Amino acid sequence: MKISSRTAQRAAKVLIWASALLVIVILLAIILFILIKGVPEISWQFLTEIPRNMGRDGGISSTIVGTLLVTAVAVIIATPFGVGTAFYLTEYTREGKITRIIRFSAESLSGIPSIVYGLFGFIFFVMYLKLGWSILSGGLTLAVMILPTIIRTSEEAIRTVSYQYREVSFSLGGTKWQTITRAVFPSAIRGIAVGVILGIGRCVAETAAVILTAGSALRMPASIFSPTRTMAEHFYILAREGISMEKAYGTAALLIILIFIINVVANTLVNRYVAKGH
Amino acid sequence: MKINKEKISGIVFLLIALSALSVLALITIFIFIKGVPIINKVGLFNFVFGMVWDPSHGAYGIFPMIIGSVSVTLGAAVLGVPVAICCSIFLAEYAPAALSNFVRPAIQLLAAIPSVVYGFWGLLFVVPAIRNYLGGPGLSILAGSIILGIMILPTIISISEVSLLALPRQYKEGAYALGLTQWQTIRSVQLPAAKSGIVAAIILGIGRAIGETMAVIMVLGNAVAIPQSILDPARTLTTNIGIEMGYASGEHQQALFATGIVLLVIVMILNAFAQYVTRRK
Repeated sequence: MKISSRTAQRAAKVLIWASALLVIVILLAIILFILIKGVPEISWQFLTEIPRNMGRDGGISSTIVGTLLVTAVAVIIATPFGVGTAFYLTEYTREGKITRIIRFSAESLSGIPSIVYGLFGFIFFVMYLKLGWSILSGGLTLAVMILPTIIRTSEEAIRTVSYQYREVSFSLGGTKWQTITRAVFPSAIRGIAVGVILGIGRCVAETAAVILTAGSALRMPASIFSPTRTMAEHFYILAREGISMEKAYGTAALLIILIFIINVVANTLVNRYVAKGH
Repeated sequence: MKINKEKISGIVFLLIALSALSVLALITIFIFIKGVPIINKVGLFNFVFGMVWDPSHGAYGIFPMIIGSVSVTLGAAVLGVPVAICCSIFLAEYAPAALSNFVRPAIQLLAAIPSVVYGFWGLLFVVPAIRNYLGGPGLSILAGSIILGIMILPTIISISEVSLLALPRQYKEGAYALGLTQWQTIRSVQLPAAKSGIVAAIILGIGRAIGETMAVIMVLGNAVAIPQSILDPARTLTTNIGIEMGYASGEHQQALFATGIVLLVIVMILNAFAQYVTRRK
């Protein structure tokens, strides 16, 4: 039996539209379920009180602070290295052995499972460097994890900066350093920011790597050397150990809202960037 | 003076750029240092192909976990890949601009949802559905495959969309000029031409599935046994680490790092393969 090309055309169209619809339905099913169950749990007390009774009572304030601090450490460490690497790859060298090795390393890093980052962070930062389970250990581990994301997006952003910017700068007698800092960097900064924001999103969402490196303490961290528990970890522990479904839903809803905001900010930046004519 | 500054900044940037290589080396070295002794003690063959994982009696065989990882990942690929490729065709060829401007960020959002949320959702919806309609404990390879199949969608969709969009316009125009329908063009011109990108997308998706931990912990049941059907619970390499790292010490902990070595090697091979496929083009 031979299917006519018109029938095949129609069948394919239906199938392709259906699969796109399926993806959207799944996304909505997950997000709406969490929001409907979780948003009613979010209150002022929920946001500002420390978890009590293993998280059964009270709020989740210390886990919010923990998430922010771990993420901040990760971004502060990873951004200069990621952006610097991107500048090296685009401005300081030609394609060759070194760039191939650096790209291969970054690509390989981006494929490493987060649990392996967790193992590494545990053995290297927690044990070998004796930082213990702490915000610092967790943040450093996440910094390594988001490094490839920041390298890749920054490199793309720098590559889209028109060559004329560089030529004009050089023709005015600018040095390479001046060209980079005053001509290329300001034009690429939005694109770089997108990479950093995506990195923030990954840090906020991560569980496996932080649970092995930041610990799971519920008290308010005193410094970056204190152990902490991030929101994603808290949600996992609440749900898995069946401590409190209500608090788990609330934490998950807050996470989803946070991730949503992070994504919207990144997208707005990208769109403005495109609109500006890059 | 100026020349000096130039040289210094060049060297500084090179050192910074070597950070990716350095951490990759550090990760490999430290995980191997911690994991290799137990592999030496047990024997590589017995470690990889051993059927019994019983840390309290010094038995460290991870073969059931390898089978668990492979079957969940295959299941995820079978469920996720066709949907993802259709969706990337939708975005690249079918969707009106207004619609793709909505679908694309939605797929990004799908990629950003924490994996624990996927696991939780799977535990509350997918697991009971399987238990009620198909039987078994619900916590199963099928549940893991469904959740991972969803989680790999964004990776595969975005990379294959990019490789479809990167094709020269002439391919499509030429095919239309020859009287091919849109679907014939996609099937016999565009998909074959974008093959290397799509294959790389699938490999990276598989890499993501094999490396996922938290979502799988919640829906897979985590039993250490060779599963007999897709409705049986199982344990993967990642969940083995995720579950036991919390309390393991001594040799047991080393064995978990050794599990990490196996995972790292599998992922590195997949990654190198994906890079090779993309570059060959």
